[in-house]
Amino acid sequence: MTGMQFGIFTVGDVTPDPTNGTTPSEHDRIKAMVALAQKAEEVGLDVFATGEHHNPPFVPSSPTTMLGWIAARTERLLLSTATTLITTNDPVKIAEDFAVLQHLSDGRVDLMLGRGNTGPVYPWFGQDIREGMNLAIENYALLHRLWREEVVDWQGRFRSPLQGFTAAPRPLDGVPPFVWHGSIRSPEIAEQAAFYGNGFFSNHIFWPREHTRRMVELYRTRFAHYGHGTPEQAIVGLGGQVFMRRNSQDAVREFRPYFDNAPVYGHGPSLEEFAAQTPLTVGSPQEVVEKTLSFREYVGDYQRQLFLVDHAGLPLKTVLEQIDMLGEEVVPVLREEFARNRPATVPDAPTHASLLAARRAAEVSAP
Amino acid sequence: MRIAVVSAGLSVPSATRLLAERLAAATVERTGAEPRFVELRELAVAIAHHLTSGFPGPRLAEAIEEVTGADGLIAVTPVFSASYSGLFKSFFDLLEPEALAGKPVLIAATGGTPRHSLVIDHALRPLFAYARAIVPPTGVYAASQDWGASRAAAADELAARIERAAGELAGLLRPGSPAPRRPEGERAGADGAGAVVDGAGAGERPPQAPEPDGEFVPFAERLAALGIDAPPAPGDAARGPGSTPEAGAPTAGGTRPEAPGGGRPGR
Repeated sequence: MTGMQFGIFTVGDVTPDPTNGTTPSEHDRIKAMVALAQKAEEVGLDVFATGEHHNPPFVPSSPTTMLGWIAARTERLLLSTATTLITTNDPVKIAEDFAVLQHLSDGRVDLMLGRGNTGPVYPWFGQDIREGMNLAIENYALLHRLWREEVVDWQGRFRSPLQGFTAAPRPLDGVPPFVWHGSIRSPEIAEQAAFYGNGFFSNHIFWPREHTRRMVELYRTRFAHYGHGTPEQAIVGLGGQVFMRRNSQDAVREFRPYFDNAPVYGHGPSLEEFAAQTPLTVGSPQEVVEKTLSFREYVGDYQRQLFLVDHAGLPLKTVLEQIDMLGEEVVPVLREEFARNRPATVPDAPTHASLLAARRAAEVSAP
Repeated sequence: MRIAVVSAGLSVPSATRLLAERLAAATVERTGAEPRFVELRELAVAIAHHLTSGFPGPRLAEAIEEVTGADGLIAVTPVFSASYSGLFKSFFDLLEPEALAGKPVLIAATGGTPRHSLVIDHALRPLFAYARAIVPPTGVYAASQDWGASRAAAADELAARIERAAGELAGLLRPGSPAPRRPEGERAGADGAGAVVDGAGAGERPPQAPEPDGEFVPFAERLAALGIDAPPAPGDAARGPGSTPEAGAPTAGGTRPEAPGGGRPGR
C-alpha cells in the first residue's frame, strides 16, 4: 500500500445501547471487535488498532492475543494498537509479544505507545502514576534496545536489571515494528517521538484543533532538530470519530441519543457544539470527507488517519454499516484528495517492507 | 502590563463585581496595568461543559488565556456555604496545575455578614497557596454593611483595605520586574497528579492542554535524569554493534532513506 493509511481504532468499551437498554456481553464485544477488523480488510481499509485496558467496562486487556486472531484471518490489514501501555507493561513482555505477532502476521504490525488514563492501573501493575512520564521514557528506552541489540545489559529505575538478556524471537528480518507515540496533551511525548524519529499520533478525539496543531507542530520541529529529515517528513497520525448516514439529518437524528448518553460525550456540550470543536463528524459521507480533509490544513500532509466508529454503544450492525461507508464512499475519495498536491518529499508511514528496504539500502551504502 | 480580574458574583449588579472593580481601579491607578475582566457568571455553562467534556469552548478558552497570560490576577468570590462559591472553584480547577505558579494574586470575597471574613485566610489563601501563586498579605473581605452609607466608618475601613491590598499587589507587579515564570521541569509531577489521558483510550477528563512551545525538557536531559545512556545520535557513524537506524532516520551516510514504499504515490 502506498499513500496515506486509513483505518479504524477501537477502545473496546462495553456500553449499553441507550435506545433499547441492552448491553452486549464481554464475549459479544470481543467478537464484535474482531468482526470490525475483518470488515475493515474486506472494504479496503489499511489499519485496525485496538486499545488496551485493564478494567471494566473495557474488554481488550490482551491486545496481541486479539491481533493474533485477526492476523490469522486477514491478508493485508495492518494490525496496531491505540494504545499499548508503555508505563505499566513490562517492556520485555512488549518486545516478546509484538515480535511473535510480527512473525505470525508476516510483518503486518506496528504499535502505538501511550501512558494510559486510568489511575488505579498503575498500582495494580506495581507502578506509581506520579512516575508516569519517567516510566514512558525509561521503558521505551529499554524496548528500543531489546529490538535492536542482540544481547542487552540493562539497569534502570523501574524493572529488575537484565544481564546478557536476548529478547526472543528477534524481530522479523531484524526489523523492529514501527513505533508511534500517542498523546493528547504531553509535549514530552511529542519530544520523545521526535527524538527517536518515531511516529507521533495525536488522538485528536477530545481536542479542539488548535491543541492538535500545536502538538504536531512541536513534534515536526523537534523531528527536524534531531536530524531525521525536514519537519514535513515527520510521521504523523490522527484520530477522528464519525457517524454517517446518507442524509445528514438522518445521521444526526439516529446518533443523538447515543451521543447524549455516551459515558465519554454525554451530559456535557451538545452534539452540535462538540462537533464544532472536535473532529467528531455526524453527517453524510461527503461531510466526513470534507471535515477529514480539513485536518491537513492544521497538521500538514500526514500519514495515517484512524476513525473511531464503534462508540457510544452503537450496535454491531450499525458499526459494520459505518465501515462499509468508510470503505466505499469516504476513504477512496480521501485517498485521491490527500494525494493531490502532496509533495513527493512527504513519506508514507513506514511499513515492514519499507523499513526492510531502507535497512538493506543502509547496509549497502555503509559496508 | 495586564491584570486579569476574575469575578464570581452571580447577581447583576453584583457586590462581588463591584469589589472587583474597586480593587482593579486601585491597582490600575498605581501600575497603569490594563485590567481584563472575566465574569464567571457568563461562563457558568461553559465551565460545566469543560468539566465533563475535558476541553474548553472558545469563550472559556479565551478567559483561561486571559487569566494564565496576565501579569497578575485579582480573584473575587462571593461566600457560599462558608467558602468560595462552587463556580469560582470550578473555574480554578480547570487551570493547569502550574498555571498560576509565581503569579501575584490578590484575593477578595464578599458576604452578607462580617462573620465569614476568615474565608479569605481559611479558604482562598490555601487554594492559591496550592497553586503556588504569590498572594499579598492583605486580602479584602467586604460584608454588605461595609458598603452602607449608614456606617461611614466601615466604608472607610473597606476603602483603606482596598488601597492597602492594591498597594501590595502593585508592589509585586512593579514595572521592570520580570514577569513571573512558571517553573520548568516539573511537568511530570503535575501530570501524575491529575487525570492523565494519553493515547487513544476513552476515559476520564483530559486536563487543559498545555502550550507546547518551550515547555518541555530536551530529551537528552530526560534520559540523563534517569541514568539512561542516550542512543547514538541519528547520522552518527559510530553506532553500537547490532543497532540499526530508527525508522525514518538518516542512514549512516547521513542521507535520509527513500520514503517508505518508494516515495509518493502511484497507488
